[in-house]
Amino acid sequence: MGNKQTIFTDEQLDAYQDCTFFTRKEILRLHGRYHEMAPHIVPMDYTNEPDVKIPIQLITNMPELKENPFKEQIVKTFSEDGAGNLSFNDFVDMFSVLSEMAPRELKAIYAFKIYDFNTDNFICKSDLEKTLNKLTREELAPEEVTLVCEKVIEEADLDGDGKLNYPDFENMIGKAPDFLSTFHIRI
Amino acid sequence: MVNTNKTKKNNREDLEKIGIQIDADETTDTAEEEDDDNEEEDIKQPAKIRKKQNNRKSSKPSDEDEDNSDEDTKLKARNNRRRLPVQNGIRKNKNDKDDESDEEKSTDTAKNSRTKARNKDNGKGEESDDNSELEGENKKTRKNPVHNNNRNNRNNANKRQKDEDNKKVKQANSRGNRKGEKDNGKDKKKKGKSSSSSSSSSDSEDTLSEGELAKVLEEVEEKKMLIAAIRTKAWRMKRKLTTLKESQEFVEKFEGALGKGKGRKFYAYKVMMMKKWIKFKRDFENFKTSCIPWEMKIKEIESHFGSSVASYFIFLRWLYGINLVLFSLTFGLVVIPEVLMGLPYGSIPRKTVPRKEQPTAMDFSVLWEFGGYIKYSALFYGYYNNERMIGVFKYRLPLSYFMVGVGSFGYSLMVVIRTMARNARENGIDGDDGDFNFSWKMFTSWDYLIGNPETADNKFASITTSFKESIVDEEESQKDENIHLRRFLIVLANFLIFCCLAGSGYLIFYVVKKSQTYSTLEELTWYQKNEIDIVMALLGMFVPPLFETIAGLENYHPRIALKWQLWRMFALFLGNLYTFLLALIDQVNAQLAEEESIKNKTLAMVNSFNFTNSTSESIPAIDPADFPRGPCWETGVGLEFTKLTVSDILVTYGSILVGDFLRALFVRFINYCWCWDLEYGFPSYTEFDISGNVLGLIFNQGMIWMGTFYSPGLIGINILRLLTSMYFQCWAVMCCNVPQSRVFKASGSNNFYMSLLLLILFLSLLPVIYTIMTFTPSFDCGPFSLAIYYLNATSKTYETANLELKRKMQMLRDEQKNRRNNKYTVNPMLQDLEDLLPNNANVNKPESNQIVIGKQPNEATRANGKHGKEMTLAPPPPRMVVTKPPNPRQVSHIPGQPRSGTPGSGPRRPSPGQSRH
Repeated sequence: MGNKQTIFTDEQLDAYQDCTFFTRKEILRLHGRYHEMAPHIVPMDYTNEPDVKIPIQLITNMPELKENPFKEQIVKTFSEDGAGNLSFNDFVDMFSVLSEMAPRELKAIYAFKIYDFNTDNFICKSDLEKTLNKLTREELAPEEVTLVCEKVIEEADLDGDGKLNYPDFENMIGKAPDFLSTFHIRI
Repeated sequence: MVNTNKTKKNNREDLEKIGIQIDADETTDTAEEEDDDNEEEDIKQPAKIRKKQNNRKSSKPSDEDEDNSDEDTKLKARNNRRRLPVQNGIRKNKNDKDDESDEEKSTDTAKNSRTKARNKDNGKGEESDDNSELEGENKKTRKNPVHNNNRNNRNNANKRQKDEDNKKVKQANSRGNRKGEKDNGKDKKKKGKSSSSSSSSSDSEDTLSEGELAKVLEEVEEKKMLIAAIRTKAWRMKRKLTTLKESQEFVEKFEGALGKGKGRKFYAYKVMMMKKWIKFKRDFENFKTSCIPWEMKIKEIESHFGSSVASYFIFLRWLYGINLVLFSLTFGLVVIPEVLMGLPYGSIPRKTVPRKEQPTAMDFSVLWEFGGYIKYSALFYGYYNNERMIGVFKYRLPLSYFMVGVGSFGYSLMVVIRTMARNARENGIDGDDGDFNFSWKMFTSWDYLIGNPETADNKFASITTSFKESIVDEEESQKDENIHLRRFLIVLANFLIFCCLAGSGYLIFYVVKKSQTYSTLEELTWYQKNEIDIVMALLGMFVPPLFETIAGLENYHPRIALKWQLWRMFALFLGNLYTFLLALIDQVNAQLAEEESIKNKTLAMVNSFNFTNSTSESIPAIDPADFPRGPCWETGVGLEFTKLTVSDILVTYGSILVGDFLRALFVRFINYCWCWDLEYGFPSYTEFDISGNVLGLIFNQGMIWMGTFYSPGLIGINILRLLTSMYFQCWAVMCCNVPQSRVFKASGSNNFYMSLLLLILFLSLLPVIYTIMTFTPSFDCGPFSLAIYYLNATSKTYETANLELKRKMQMLRDEQKNRRNNKYTVNPMLQDLEDLLPNNANVNKPESNQIVIGKQPNEATRANGKHGKEMTLAPPPPRMVVTKPPNPRQVSHIPGQPRSGTPGSGPRRPSPGQSRH
């Protein structure tokens, strides 16, 4: 324990526990993971909140994210600068949202951001196509892709503007039986 | 928690309402913030005015009003000092906010627009005093100590959510939406300004008016709520941290200010205790999560196989938790007290291995089948004594036995239902399944847990196929194929499956009936002994694949097919289980009949001792091992369940070893020298059969629930089983299974499993209740045996009967005396009797003595049995019995137990005989 105290002060740990869905131990473990990705950049001592960021390439190489077709998008969504460089705060934030304890609403907000590739606040056709191609590794024929995208919009678009805004998305995802269990990374 | 939930919901609603305007408001929002500093000067004036108005409205005496101007100037100075650092903070925040993506903004703007609404009302409130409620809110907002617009707004929003039911506020909201932008900017700043001033006023003044106090209190509560809910906010971590810090500081500062004099001290104490309590709760939470076992193991499996396989292990862990509680209940309240405080082994018949079984009682083959010493141990019902209170603590064991039985059912029921409710809440309503078919596939089909390349490949493939399937379905939904053929196939498949079910049910029934005929045989082969278990295990192993093959005829959608398959397997297992139960009930009935006779025999024997001995404490005079005893059907039932559970465990593990491990070895190593590719060709590796495994687990649990009342040790066995299977199956899965090619979702079926479990719980409750209600408990074993009470009662009636007898004898003697006076031909026996009488009242009638003389010991025993049966047909026997049966039995029974080399009975026996000579 004495060893662990040097990474964070008690106040910091408490604050992190208040702001995330993690326990003290998990936060320390997260720091361990964060540290081991780039040991030369990330200091062990976080008591004075150093301004350190890890580039996207390292983050997406984590085993938890490596196979995920949306890994870049996830990391970008959670990075403060939008380019995918994660500070420790962003890192904790990401796994907190993706943790088991996070409520559906919170997860839905971030899921919307992740699937909104061009960050225009709507999931439009191009976003859907990108999502689908990533999901199927571009094994569907173009006609099939357009058909599926049209179907999705037809199903979920409530206000008929041809794209999904957040309420549409939230309404759709709120009823999905698998959303909570699949939008979840255990760390 | 309820509150935070509510807030969350409201938040969401608001978001939905205003979500469309988001983009429009965005720009102005940031613009306002930037203007903030420039406009400070303009704001001061209105703030002052408002402050004055505030004070006028509050219940303070008017003389304070005059101080206000002085005070205000002071405050302003203070504000300026105060504001600096905070504003810096804002600037920093602003930067953050600028890159924040739009959802966050949307939340903020949602709140902004609500604030606007309020601001408009502020204007009104200044003119009209009757709008007191809103005014109150205004004042509240002015209290904000930190000059942070966003923060302010957020707090307002919280407040608004709290008062959501307030209609006026709602109206205001709608009005506010129509309101222009310029005013808002100003109003907000006014508030920001005035808030800081009044906050410091509350700081400086020691005495606060009650209204203000209430407001501060309310605000503190708000902050607390914010702190509690901050983790669910979709903000950047940095912002969360700063907000958290500010809120905490605020709470810290103002919590102490609440309450006066003595109250304050108490309040401070309360606050301190609250803090400690929160800290404790958090530590406890941390401790609790660190106690959850196998987290990493499951994570590993999750990343290899996706969430569906892991869901099995999570289910297994969950069941393990429940069983652990049940285990501690039964062992803590029943088994251990009995072992520690109850009579030791060998003290009474029920706690002793019968003489006949003693030579083999330690043999492994016997112990393996839970015979011998295990059968007569605390693991089974029969061992428990029916003494009402045991030990120095006067522990009421029978009561606790019963209560634990009821309690474990109640606990299981509660936990299952609570889990179901939670699952249902988390999963939302998945009613309209077809509505979002493609959308769900698009957004929820990727399992974020997958971290293994092979699984990922499978997942990609399965997603692609599922999309293709859906497309084909969509295209072909209009045109219908040969519907008659399809219907015919479905009917055929169902018919075949029904035949299978009926066949398996009959097979089990047949086997059980057959095994009952074995019980007459002396020597049983191993197969004969275990026939039922073997047949059931084989059925469980081979019929489900058969079902799957047959279900291929139906050509259902995989998910529907899976549900059908599960239901059919459920029916199969259930049918088997209930056939087994029926057979078991037959067996119990037979044992009950047998018991009746033995009971009478024992009763008679005990009674005989009562007679031979004037004190009734001669029961333990016989060695407990020799005491005749009933079959104790409860132990029998417990034994059957235990055996079934163990054979189930063995079959499961065996099939994993052979079916998974050996197959994997074969495929892996023979592949080098085989003509086709074994790994991708025919045998391949096995997939993990989630549904089958979950069903197995559910039925196992059902058996535990059923059996645990009659065999408290069963739950311990189950704990071991779950523990070992956790490790064993984890190993087997990681080492010899391949990820499923057709990955299906487990989460949706989570509650499906739970409902199966609930059903099983009820179904296992039924037979237990039935047996408890209909069958009388065994008379000589278990905590509910009535033997001793019954015997005590009878011995009492016998005593009274004896008194009566004495009187009769007296009369008889008188008569005889009279007769002796007349004739001198006296029966010598009668004379002996007379001699005996004063000492021992047991010898009663001349006829009975004659019977005794005439009979050899062996015959006597046999006769006894018959007698006994007649006797029990009339349960309240003493009165009629008095005249005849007791006596012959007394003499005859003891010879019937030749090995009973007890000192007590030996010398006593000859006494009547000696007197005869």
